[in-house]
Amino acid sequence: MKFTHALIEKSAFLLLVFTLIVVAIGGIVEITPLFYLKSTIEKVTGMRPYTPLELAGRNIYVREGCYNCHSQMVRALRDEVERYGHYSLAAESMYDHPFQWGSKRTGPDLARVGGRYSDDWHVAHLGNPRSLVPESIMPGYAFLGRTPLATDDLANHLIANRKVGVPYSDEMIAMAKQDLRAQVDPDGPNADQLLARYPKAQLRNFDGQAALTEMDALVAYLQMLGTLVDFSAYKADENLR
Amino acid sequence: MTVPPNQPAVSLPASALGSISRLFMMALLGGAVFLGLLIAANALDEPMRIHGYLFAAVGVAGLFLMIKAHYDAVERDALLALTGKSPRDGYNDGVVRAGVIATMFWGIAGFLVGLVIALQLAFPVLNFDLPWTNFGRLRPLHTSAVIFAFGGNALIATSFYVVQRTCRVRLAGDVAPWFVFWGYQFFIVLAATGYLLGITQSKEYAEPEWYVDLWLTVVWVVYLLVFLETIRRRSEPHIYVANWFYLSFIVTVAMLHIVNNLSMPVSFFGSKSYSLFSGVQDALTQWWYGHNAVGFFLTAGFLGMMYYFVPKRAERPVYSYRLSILHFWSLIFMYIWAGPHHLHYTALPDWAQTLGMTFSIMLWMPSWGGMINGLMTLSGAWDKLRTDPVIRFLVTAVAFYGMSTFEGPLMSIKSVNALSHYTDWTIGHVHSGALGWVAYITFGAVYHLVPLLWNRSGLYSMKLVSWHFWIASLGIVLYITAMWVSGIMQGLMWRAFDQLGFLQYSFAETVAAMHPFYVIRAMGGALFLGGALLMVYNLWRTVRDPATALAPSESGAAAPAMA
Repeated sequence: MKFTHALIEKSAFLLLVFTLIVVAIGGIVEITPLFYLKSTIEKVTGMRPYTPLELAGRNIYVREGCYNCHSQMVRALRDEVERYGHYSLAAESMYDHPFQWGSKRTGPDLARVGGRYSDDWHVAHLGNPRSLVPESIMPGYAFLGRTPLATDDLANHLIANRKVGVPYSDEMIAMAKQDLRAQVDPDGPNADQLLARYPKAQLRNFDGQAALTEMDALVAYLQMLGTLVDFSAYKADENLR
Repeated sequence: MTVPPNQPAVSLPASALGSISRLFMMALLGGAVFLGLLIAANALDEPMRIHGYLFAAVGVAGLFLMIKAHYDAVERDALLALTGKSPRDGYNDGVVRAGVIATMFWGIAGFLVGLVIALQLAFPVLNFDLPWTNFGRLRPLHTSAVIFAFGGNALIATSFYVVQRTCRVRLAGDVAPWFVFWGYQFFIVLAATGYLLGITQSKEYAEPEWYVDLWLTVVWVVYLLVFLETIRRRSEPHIYVANWFYLSFIVTVAMLHIVNNLSMPVSFFGSKSYSLFSGVQDALTQWWYGHNAVGFFLTAGFLGMMYYFVPKRAERPVYSYRLSILHFWSLIFMYIWAGPHHLHYTALPDWAQTLGMTFSIMLWMPSWGGMINGLMTLSGAWDKLRTDPVIRFLVTAVAFYGMSTFEGPLMSIKSVNALSHYTDWTIGHVHSGALGWVAYITFGAVYHLVPLLWNRSGLYSMKLVSWHFWIASLGIVLYITAMWVSGIMQGLMWRAFDQLGFLQYSFAETVAAMHPFYVIRAMGGALFLGGALLMVYNLWRTVRDPATALAPSESGAAAPAMA
C-alpha cells in the first residue's frame, strides 16, 4: 500500500503515534545532552549544599513566589556584570532543586545579593520596602518576622534532596536540627561543627530577635546567594562552552 | 444530521456498560474519601490538611452525583426502551454546556485577579502585606486561572463539541466525560487554593505540587482516552484537521506535564517536593515545558478551535487542505525546540541557545502558514465582518495570532532578547497572544456555541457583542502598547552608560519610570474585564430571555435533529 497522508488521517492510532514521535525529537536532542556532556557544568571550587537554615530560607523564597519578580541569573552582558557582578555559572545552581533563575526583573537580580547589604537592612526592607527604597513596589513581608520557623521535619528535607542528587552526608542529615540552631548562635558550642560541614556558612542572629523566625531563614539564604564560588580560582577560558 | 447507532456486534448493551462504569467510579470515589481523610489526619502541614479534607469532601459529593446519575440512567433507559433508541444516539452536549459555563466563570475570575495584580504593581499598597494577598502568590493564581482554568475549560468544552460533530458520533463514555470535567475543576481548585496557602514548586505555569500534578495526570489520561475513543467510533472516514490539533495538544501536554513535574516529595503527608532536576538541566526542562505550554496549550489546541469555528461561522471550507497538513506537522515538530530562547546569555550552554533561537525563527513560517489558512478561509465572505461581530472576534484572533507569532521569533533573536528579556516587553508579547488570540478565539467560539447548545434562536444582542469587541480591543491596545514602550524603555535604561562609562541609572530609577505605564496597563485590563462582563450578561440573557426562545415547532425540530 502506498504511504499517503490519507492513511494517517484515517487512523487515530497512527495519528497518535506519529504525533508523539514528532514532538519528542526536539526535547531529546536539546535536553538529554545536558545530563552527560561534562562541559555543561563548569569546574569550580567552593560549591556546597545549603545549610539547613539556608534551605529553609530558600523554601520560604519559593513559597512567597519571589522568583516572580527577581531573577537569579546574571547574563554575560556588560551592563549586568557591572550592576550585579560576575555572570552566573551553571555550577552555582547545581544543587538548586528547582532552579530559581527567574524570567522577569520587576525587582533587581539577586544572584549575588549576598553580603551586599547588612542583615538589618534586609530585615527592615523586607518588613517595609518603601521605608528604605521609596520607589520600590515590592510587597511587605513583616509577617515573616512574626512566624516561627518550622523545624520538625528538616532532616526529611535533606533526605529528599539527597535522593535527587544533592550530596548531603549521613552526618549532615543526622545533625540537621543541631546545625540549624547553631547557625543563629555564633557563640554556641556547635558552631565549629557547622562550619566544618558547611564551609563559608554565615553564623549570626539574622533578624535580631531571640526567637527563630522565618525572617532568620530568609535573610540567611539571601546573605549566602552568590558567595560560594571562589572566583579568584575560576579559569573562564578553561570552561568555554 | 443523523447519527447512525453505533453498537458493537458482540458486547454488553451500553446501559449495562454505563452501570458498570458508575459502580467502578463509586469504588474509586470511596477510595478517594478514605485517602483524603487519611492525608488530612496525618498531614505534616496545614495546607496539606486542608487539601486532604477537600479531597474527601469532593469524594462524597462525587458519590452523591453517581447515585443520582444511576437513577437518571434508569429513567432514561426506560424512556429509550419505549422509543427504541440507543443511549449512543445523539450528541452529549450536557458536558459541553457545563464547559462553556466554567470557561466564562474562570475567565472572569482570571481577568479579575489579573487586574488586581496589575494594580498592585502600580500601587503597591494594594498588596496589603498579607501572605495570601501578596503579588508573589497572586501572580501564579492569575496565570493559572487564565491559561488552565479559562483556556483549559474552553479547550475541553470545544474539543468535546467539535469531535462529536466532525466524527458524527456521540462522545465516548457516559461517566468519563463528566469525570474529565469535574476532575479538571477540582484540579483548578486544588491549584488555586494551594497558591494562596503558599504551595508552589515555583516552576512557571507548572506551580502545583506533586499530588496535584498526579491528580491532573489521571484526569488528563481519561481526557485522552475519551477523545481517542470518540475518534475511533467515528462515522466519517477521515479525521478532521481540527481533531489533529486537539489530539496533538492533549498528548503533548501529557508528555510535557509528566516530565517537567518529576519530583521527590519530602513525605506522602506533606505538600513539599524537590524537583528531580537541578540548575541548568531543570531550567531547560522547565522552559521546554513552558514554551510548549504556549505552543500546545495556547496554540495547537486553539488552532483546533480555529479550524472548526472559522469555517463554520464564515460558511466557507478551509482555504487549503495541503496547507493544513504542512501547518500541522511543521508546527508541532518545530515548537518543541524553541524552549532555550527563554535562556539566552544565561548559564545554558551556547549550542543549546543557538539551536533554540534557530528553531524559533523557523517557527515563524508554519505559524503564518496557519494564519494564512485561517484568514483566507474568509475568501468570498469578508463582508460578514461588517455584519457579524462574532466572526469579527474570530478573525481578529487570527490576526493577533499572526502578530504574536511574528513578534515571538523576533524576540527570540539573541541580540533582541538581550534587550527584551527580564522586561515587561515579554509581558506585553504574552498578552497580545493571550488576550488577542486565545481569548478572542474563545469568545468567538462561545458566542457561536451558546445559542446552539441551549436551543435558542440566536444571541440576545448582537449590539452588545459589538460593544464587547470594541471595548476589549481598546483594552488590548492600551495593554500591549504600554508594555512595549515601557519594556523597551526599561531594557534601555538598564544598559545605559554615562559619558564616564558608569551605569547611568540605579535600578530604583527604572522602577519609578515604569509607574505611568503600569497605570495604563491596568486601565487596559479593566476594559478587557468590562467587555467580558458584558459578554456574560449577554449570554445569560441569551439563555434566559423569552425573546431568544425558539418557537415550539422549531425547538421540537431542533432536538431530534441532533439525535
